[in-house]
Amino acid sequence: MSRKPYVREMTSEWITRHPRYLRYLLREFSCLFIGGWTLMMVWGLARLAQGPAAWAAFLETLQSPASIVLQALALAFAVYHAVTWFNLTPKALPVQLGDEFVADGVISGAHFAVWGLLSLVVLLLAGAF
Amino acid sequence: MSERRVELDVLRYNPETDRAPHFQRYSVPCREEWVVLDALNHVKENIDPTLSYRWSCHMAVCGSCGMMINREPKLACKSFLRDYQGVIRVEPLAHFPVERDLVTVIDDFVAKLARVKPYLIPKEPKALEAGEYRQTPAQLKRYKQFTLCINCMLCYAACPEYGLIPKYLGPAAIALGHRWNQDSRDGGRDQRQEELAATEGAWECSFVGACSEVCPEHVDPAGAIQQVKIRSTVDWYLEHTMPWLTK
Repeated sequence: MSRKPYVREMTSEWITRHPRYLRYLLREFSCLFIGGWTLMMVWGLARLAQGPAAWAAFLETLQSPASIVLQALALAFAVYHAVTWFNLTPKALPVQLGDEFVADGVISGAHFAVWGLLSLVVLLLAGAF
Repeated sequence: MSERRVELDVLRYNPETDRAPHFQRYSVPCREEWVVLDALNHVKENIDPTLSYRWSCHMAVCGSCGMMINREPKLACKSFLRDYQGVIRVEPLAHFPVERDLVTVIDDFVAKLARVKPYLIPKEPKALEAGEYRQTPAQLKRYKQFTLCINCMLCYAACPEYGLIPKYLGPAAIALGHRWNQDSRDGGRDQRQEELAATEGAWECSFVGACSEVCPEHVDPAGAIQQVKIRSTVDWYLEHTMPWLTK
Protein backbone atom coordinates (compact mmCIF):
# COMPACT_ATOMS: atom_id res chain seq x y z
CA MET A 1 0.00 0.00 0.00
CA SER A 2 1.48 3.32 -1.01
CA ARG A 3 1.02 6.50 0.96
CA LYS A 4 -0.53 9.56 -0.63
CA PRO A 5 -1.10 12.16 2.07
CA TYR A 6 -3.48 14.92 1.04
CA VAL A 7 -2.40 18.47 1.85
CA ARG A 8 -5.33 20.80 2.36
CA GLU A 9 -4.41 24.27 1.19
CA MET A 10 -4.83 26.95 3.83
CA THR A 11 -7.32 29.59 2.75
CA SER A 12 -8.53 32.74 4.51
CA GLU A 13 -11.25 30.52 6.02
CA TRP A 14 -9.32 30.51 9.33
CA ILE A 15 -10.25 34.13 10.00
CA THR A 16 -13.91 33.24 10.46
CA ARG A 17 -13.28 29.96 12.28
CA HIS A 18 -13.53 31.62 15.67
CA PRO A 19 -14.00 35.24 16.87
CA ARG A 20 -10.51 35.14 18.45
CA TYR A 21 -8.91 35.28 14.99
CA LEU A 22 -10.89 38.38 14.05
CA ARG A 23 -9.94 40.01 17.35
CA TYR A 24 -6.31 39.18 16.65
CA LEU A 25 -6.47 40.69 13.15
CA LEU A 26 -8.12 43.81 14.56
CA ARG A 27 -5.23 44.14 17.00
CA GLU A 28 -2.72 43.70 14.18
CA PHE A 29 -4.50 46.14 11.84
CA SER A 30 -4.57 48.76 14.60
CA CYS A 31 -0.96 49.50 13.60
CA LEU A 32 -2.18 51.06 10.34
CA PHE A 33 -4.24 53.66 12.22
CA ILE A 34 -1.61 54.24 14.91
CA GLY A 35 1.12 54.50 12.24
CA GLY A 36 -1.06 56.86 10.19
CA TRP A 37 -1.61 59.10 13.20
CA THR A 38 2.15 59.15 13.89
CA LEU A 39 2.81 60.20 10.28
CA MET A 40 0.26 62.96 10.76
CA MET A 41 2.25 64.21 13.76
CA VAL A 42 5.47 64.19 11.69
CA TRP A 43 3.65 66.15 9.02
CA GLY A 44 2.52 68.61 11.72
CA LEU A 45 6.13 69.05 12.88
CA ALA A 46 7.16 69.82 9.29
CA ARG A 47 4.37 72.39 9.02
CA LEU A 48 5.45 73.92 12.35
CA ALA A 49 8.99 74.34 11.00
CA GLN A 50 7.58 76.20 7.99
CA GLY A 51 6.25 79.03 10.14
CA PRO A 52 3.09 80.26 11.92
CA ALA A 53 0.89 80.41 8.81
CA ALA A 54 1.65 76.81 7.84
CA TRP A 55 1.06 75.68 11.43
CA ALA A 56 -2.30 77.46 11.58
CA ALA A 57 -3.33 75.83 8.31
CA PHE A 58 -2.33 72.43 9.71
CA LEU A 59 -4.43 73.00 12.83
CA GLU A 60 -7.36 73.97 10.67
CA THR A 61 -7.02 70.79 8.60
CA LEU A 62 -7.09 68.78 11.84
CA GLN A 63 -10.49 70.24 12.65
CA SER A 64 -12.16 69.05 9.46
CA PRO A 65 -14.86 66.37 10.03
CA ALA A 66 -12.88 63.76 8.08
CA SER A 67 -9.81 64.42 10.19
CA ILE A 68 -11.79 64.18 13.41
CA VAL A 69 -13.31 60.85 12.33
CA LEU A 70 -9.86 59.49 11.46
CA GLN A 71 -8.40 60.65 14.76
CA ALA A 72 -11.29 59.13 16.70
CA LEU A 73 -10.69 55.85 14.84
CA ALA A 74 -6.96 56.03 15.58
CA LEU A 75 -7.70 56.64 19.25
CA ALA A 76 -10.15 53.73 19.40
CA PHE A 77 -7.64 51.40 17.76
CA ALA A 78 -4.82 52.62 20.02
CA VAL A 79 -6.94 51.96 23.11
CA TYR A 80 -7.99 48.53 21.76
CA HIS A 81 -4.37 47.63 21.04
CA ALA A 82 -3.16 48.82 24.44
CA VAL A 83 -5.93 47.09 26.41
CA THR A 84 -5.62 43.75 24.59
CA TRP A 85 -1.83 43.92 24.83
CA PHE A 86 -1.76 44.76 28.53
CA ASN A 87 -4.23 41.97 29.19
CA LEU A 88 -1.66 39.57 27.68
CA THR A 89 1.23 40.79 29.87
CA PRO A 90 0.70 38.18 32.62
CA LYS A 91 1.56 35.48 30.06
CA ALA A 92 4.81 37.14 29.02
CA LEU A 93 5.91 38.33 32.44
CA PRO A 94 4.84 35.84 35.09
CA VAL A 95 6.19 36.70 38.53
CA GLN A 96 6.72 33.92 41.05
CA LEU A 97 6.94 34.84 44.71
CA GLY A 98 7.83 31.79 46.80
CA ASP A 99 5.59 28.89 45.84
CA GLU A 100 2.92 30.92 44.07
CA PHE A 101 2.63 33.06 40.97
CA VAL A 102 1.41 36.63 41.35
CA ALA A 103 -2.23 36.90 40.16
CA ASP A 104 -2.68 37.87 36.50
CA GLY A 105 -4.78 40.90 37.45
CA VAL A 106 -1.94 42.36 39.50
CA ILE A 107 0.49 42.20 36.56
CA SER A 108 -1.88 43.59 33.94
CA GLY A 109 -3.24 46.05 36.54
CA ALA A 110 0.28 47.38 37.15
CA HIS A 111 0.65 47.99 33.42
CA PHE A 112 -2.69 49.82 33.28
CA ALA A 113 -1.69 51.92 36.31
CA VAL A 114 1.64 52.94 34.75
CA TRP A 115 -0.16 53.67 31.46
CA GLY A 116 -2.64 55.94 33.27
CA LEU A 117 0.14 57.66 35.20
CA LEU A 118 2.25 58.31 32.11
CA SER A 119 -0.80 59.61 30.23
CA LEU A 120 -1.42 62.01 33.10
CA VAL A 121 2.20 63.22 33.00
CA VAL A 122 1.97 63.78 29.25
CA LEU A 123 -1.27 65.73 29.66
CA LEU A 124 0.32 67.78 32.46
CA LEU A 125 3.38 68.56 30.29
CA ALA A 126 1.04 69.50 27.45
CA GLY A 127 -0.67 71.98 29.78
CA ALA A 128 -4.05 70.26 29.68
CA PHE A 129 -4.80 71.13 33.30
CA MET B 1 -31.69 6.68 29.69
CA SER B 2 -32.52 9.23 27.01
CA GLU B 3 -31.45 8.62 23.43
CA ARG B 4 -31.32 11.01 20.52
CA ARG B 5 -29.85 11.00 17.05
CA VAL B 6 -26.98 13.16 15.95
CA GLU B 7 -25.83 13.80 12.43
CA LEU B 8 -22.10 13.78 11.80
CA ASP B 9 -20.48 15.17 8.66
CA VAL B 10 -17.14 13.38 8.63
CA LEU B 11 -14.33 14.21 6.23
CA ARG B 12 -13.35 11.07 4.37
CA TYR B 13 -10.22 10.52 2.35
CA ASN B 14 -9.03 7.23 0.94
CA PRO B 15 -5.55 7.69 -0.55
CA GLU B 16 -6.02 4.62 -2.73
CA THR B 17 -9.17 5.76 -4.48
CA ASP B 18 -9.82 9.45 -3.76
CA ARG B 19 -8.23 12.44 -5.45
CA ALA B 20 -9.52 14.76 -2.73
CA PRO B 21 -11.37 14.43 0.59
CA HIS B 22 -15.16 14.65 0.76
CA PHE B 23 -17.73 14.75 3.54
CA GLN B 24 -19.85 11.76 4.44
CA ARG B 25 -22.97 12.03 6.60
CA TYR B 26 -23.65 9.54 9.40
CA SER B 27 -26.73 9.42 11.59
CA VAL B 28 -25.91 8.03 15.02
CA PRO B 29 -28.19 7.16 17.95
CA CYS B 30 -26.45 8.58 20.98
CA ARG B 31 -26.75 8.76 24.71
CA GLU B 32 -26.69 11.86 26.89
CA GLU B 33 -23.20 11.17 28.20
CA TRP B 34 -21.61 10.41 24.82
CA VAL B 35 -18.72 12.33 23.38
CA VAL B 36 -17.87 12.70 19.69
CA LEU B 37 -15.44 9.79 20.00
CA ASP B 38 -18.29 7.52 21.16
CA ALA B 39 -20.26 8.49 18.06
CA LEU B 40 -17.26 7.73 15.82
CA ASN B 41 -16.80 4.38 17.57
CA HIS B 42 -20.48 3.65 16.96
CA VAL B 43 -20.03 4.43 13.26
CA LYS B 44 -16.94 2.24 13.07
CA GLU B 45 -18.57 -0.70 14.85
CA ASN B 46 -22.08 -0.56 13.40
CA ILE B 47 -22.27 1.52 10.23
CA ASP B 48 -18.97 1.85 8.40
CA PRO B 49 -15.91 -0.15 9.49
CA THR B 50 -13.73 1.65 6.93
CA LEU B 51 -13.72 4.91 8.92
CA SER B 52 -10.20 5.63 10.20
CA TYR B 53 -9.25 7.80 13.17
CA ARG B 54 -6.81 7.70 16.07
CA TRP B 55 -7.81 7.19 19.64
CA SER B 56 -6.65 5.34 22.70
CA CYS B 57 -7.47 6.39 26.25
CA HIS B 58 -10.92 8.03 25.97
CA MET B 59 -9.99 10.24 28.94
CA ALA B 60 -8.04 13.23 27.60
CA VAL B 61 -4.67 11.81 28.58
CA CYS B 62 -3.17 10.19 25.50
CA GLY B 63 -3.66 13.10 23.08
CA SER B 64 -4.51 10.84 20.13
CA CYS B 65 -8.03 11.90 19.17
CA GLY B 66 -7.42 15.54 18.28
CA MET B 67 -9.63 16.64 15.38
CA MET B 68 -11.53 19.64 14.08
CA ILE B 69 -15.04 19.56 15.50
CA ASN B 70 -17.19 22.31 14.03
CA ARG B 71 -13.95 23.96 12.85
CA GLU B 72 -12.39 24.09 16.33
CA PRO B 73 -9.47 21.84 17.34
CA LYS B 74 -10.81 19.52 20.03
CA LEU B 75 -10.18 16.17 21.63
CA ALA B 76 -13.03 13.95 20.40
CA CYS B 77 -13.07 12.26 23.81
CA LYS B 78 -13.66 15.55 25.59
CA SER B 79 -16.36 16.96 23.27
CA PHE B 80 -19.82 16.08 24.54
CA LEU B 81 -22.46 15.64 21.85
CA ARG B 82 -25.00 17.40 24.08
CA ASP B 83 -22.98 20.62 23.70
CA TYR B 84 -23.58 20.71 19.94
CA GLN B 85 -26.64 21.69 17.94
CA GLY B 86 -27.42 20.46 14.44
CA VAL B 87 -25.02 18.59 12.21
CA ILE B 88 -21.55 18.19 13.74
CA ARG B 89 -18.71 18.63 11.29
CA VAL B 90 -15.73 16.39 12.03
CA GLU B 91 -12.46 16.89 10.14
CA PRO B 92 -8.83 15.92 10.64
CA LEU B 93 -6.67 18.42 12.52
CA ALA B 94 -6.07 21.53 10.42
CA HIS B 95 -2.57 22.31 9.09
CA PHE B 96 -1.49 18.68 8.91
CA PRO B 97 -1.53 16.50 5.77
CA VAL B 98 -4.33 13.93 5.77
CA GLU B 99 -3.13 10.34 5.77
CA ARG B 100 -6.61 8.81 5.63
CA ASP B 101 -10.01 10.06 6.86
CA LEU B 102 -9.36 11.69 10.26
CA VAL B 103 -5.79 10.41 10.55
CA THR B 104 -3.13 13.07 9.96
CA VAL B 105 0.58 12.87 9.18
CA ILE B 106 2.32 14.09 12.32
CA ASP B 107 5.96 13.53 11.32
CA ASP B 108 6.62 17.28 11.21
CA PHE B 109 5.60 17.78 14.83
CA VAL B 110 7.50 14.74 16.06
CA ALA B 111 10.68 15.94 14.31
CA LYS B 112 10.29 19.44 15.77
CA LEU B 113 9.73 18.07 19.23
CA ALA B 114 13.01 16.13 19.02
CA ARG B 115 14.84 19.30 17.90
CA VAL B 116 14.11 21.15 21.18
CA LYS B 117 15.64 18.32 23.22
CA PRO B 118 12.67 17.82 25.54
CA TYR B 119 14.56 15.94 28.21
CA LEU B 120 16.82 16.67 31.14
CA ILE B 121 20.32 17.78 30.18
CA PRO B 122 22.00 17.88 33.61
CA LYS B 123 24.18 20.86 34.51
CA GLU B 124 26.92 18.49 35.56
CA PRO B 125 27.10 14.73 35.22
CA LYS B 126 26.26 13.14 38.52
CA ALA B 127 27.09 9.62 39.59
CA LEU B 128 24.15 7.42 40.50
CA GLU B 129 25.44 6.94 44.03
CA ALA B 130 25.49 10.73 44.53
CA GLY B 131 21.71 10.53 44.83
CA GLU B 132 18.75 12.17 43.16
CA TYR B 133 18.44 15.69 41.82
CA ARG B 134 16.57 17.64 44.47
CA GLN B 135 13.99 20.27 43.79
CA THR B 136 11.84 22.51 46.01
CA PRO B 137 8.06 22.87 45.48
CA ALA B 138 8.68 26.42 44.24
CA GLN B 139 11.19 25.20 41.67
CA LEU B 140 8.69 22.59 40.51
CA LYS B 141 5.90 25.16 40.28
CA ARG B 142 8.02 27.24 37.93
CA TYR B 143 7.56 24.78 35.04
CA LYS B 144 4.87 22.35 36.19
CA GLN B 145 2.04 23.58 33.93
CA PHE B 146 4.16 22.88 30.84
CA THR B 147 4.63 19.25 31.89
CA LEU B 148 0.90 18.73 31.39
CA CYS B 149 1.25 18.87 27.58
CA ILE B 150 -0.03 15.63 26.03
CA ASN B 151 1.31 16.30 22.50
CA CYS B 152 -2.21 16.33 21.06
CA MET B 153 -1.28 19.04 18.53
CA LEU B 154 -4.51 20.99 18.95
CA CYS B 155 -2.32 24.07 19.38
CA TYR B 156 -0.77 23.52 15.95
CA ALA B 157 -4.22 23.22 14.38
CA ALA B 158 -5.29 26.45 16.09
CA CYS B 159 -2.20 28.42 15.11
CA PRO B 160 -2.55 30.35 11.82
CA GLU B 161 1.19 31.06 11.88
CA TYR B 162 1.92 27.35 11.68
CA GLY B 163 -0.65 26.94 8.92
CA LEU B 164 0.89 29.76 6.88
CA ILE B 165 4.54 29.06 7.73
CA PRO B 166 4.96 25.30 8.20
CA LYS B 167 8.64 25.62 9.11
CA TYR B 168 7.59 27.44 12.31
CA LEU B 169 8.64 25.35 15.31
CA GLY B 170 5.17 25.76 16.79
CA PRO B 171 3.52 26.13 20.22
CA ALA B 172 3.92 22.72 21.88
CA ALA B 173 7.55 22.20 20.86
CA ILE B 174 8.53 25.66 22.14
CA ALA B 175 6.54 25.20 25.35
CA LEU B 176 8.23 21.85 25.99
CA GLY B 177 11.70 23.26 25.28
CA HIS B 178 10.89 26.12 27.66
CA ARG B 179 9.64 23.60 30.24
CA TRP B 180 13.14 22.12 30.50
CA ASN B 181 14.83 25.52 30.40
CA GLN B 182 12.74 26.47 33.45
CA ASP B 183 13.78 23.33 35.32
CA SER B 184 16.30 24.00 38.11
CA ARG B 185 18.01 20.63 37.44
CA ASP B 186 18.61 21.38 33.78
CA GLY B 187 21.62 22.97 32.12
CA GLY B 188 20.73 22.52 28.45
CA ARG B 189 19.35 25.97 27.69
CA ASP B 190 22.22 26.98 25.40
CA GLN B 191 21.64 23.89 23.26
CA ARG B 192 17.91 24.54 22.99
CA GLN B 193 18.25 28.24 22.25
CA GLU B 194 19.49 27.51 18.73
CA GLU B 195 16.02 26.22 17.96
CA LEU B 196 13.85 28.21 20.36
CA ALA B 197 15.37 31.65 19.76
CA ALA B 198 15.63 31.25 15.98
CA THR B 199 13.52 33.17 13.48
CA GLU B 200 11.57 29.99 12.87
CA GLY B 201 11.33 29.45 16.62
CA ALA B 202 9.63 31.83 19.02
CA TRP B 203 10.05 34.84 16.72
CA GLU B 204 7.66 33.44 14.12
CA CYS B 205 4.88 33.82 16.69
CA SER B 206 2.77 36.98 16.46
CA PHE B 207 0.84 36.15 19.65
CA VAL B 208 -2.53 35.12 18.30
CA GLY B 209 -2.92 33.26 21.59
CA ALA B 210 -5.17 30.59 20.07
CA CYS B 211 -2.79 27.79 21.16
CA SER B 212 -3.44 28.47 24.83
CA GLU B 213 -7.18 28.87 24.30
CA VAL B 214 -7.63 25.46 22.69
CA CYS B 215 -5.26 23.49 24.93
CA PRO B 216 -7.32 20.72 26.57
CA GLU B 217 -4.85 20.53 29.47
CA HIS B 218 -4.79 24.29 30.14
CA VAL B 219 -1.13 24.61 29.30
CA ASP B 220 -0.13 28.10 28.19
CA PRO B 221 2.15 27.69 25.16
CA ALA B 222 1.53 31.31 24.12
CA GLY B 223 2.94 32.39 27.48
CA ALA B 224 5.96 30.11 27.08
CA ILE B 225 6.69 31.56 23.64
CA GLN B 226 6.58 35.16 24.88
CA GLN B 227 8.84 34.23 27.80
CA VAL B 228 11.30 32.68 25.35
CA LYS B 229 11.22 35.91 23.33
CA ILE B 230 11.98 38.02 26.40
CA ARG B 231 14.81 35.74 27.54
CA SER B 232 16.27 35.72 24.02
CA THR B 233 16.12 39.50 23.85
CA VAL B 234 17.92 39.79 27.17
CA ASP B 235 20.51 37.28 25.90
CA TRP B 236 21.06 39.37 22.77
CA TYR B 237 21.55 42.61 24.68
CA LEU B 238 23.87 41.03 27.21
CA GLU B 239 25.92 39.47 24.44
CA HIS B 240 26.23 42.69 22.46
CA THR B 241 26.52 45.27 25.21
CA MET B 242 28.13 43.36 28.06
CA PRO B 243 29.97 40.43 26.49
CA TRP B 244 32.16 40.05 29.57
CA LEU B 245 29.06 39.06 31.56
CA THR B 246 28.14 36.20 29.28
CA LYS B 247 31.58 34.61 29.26
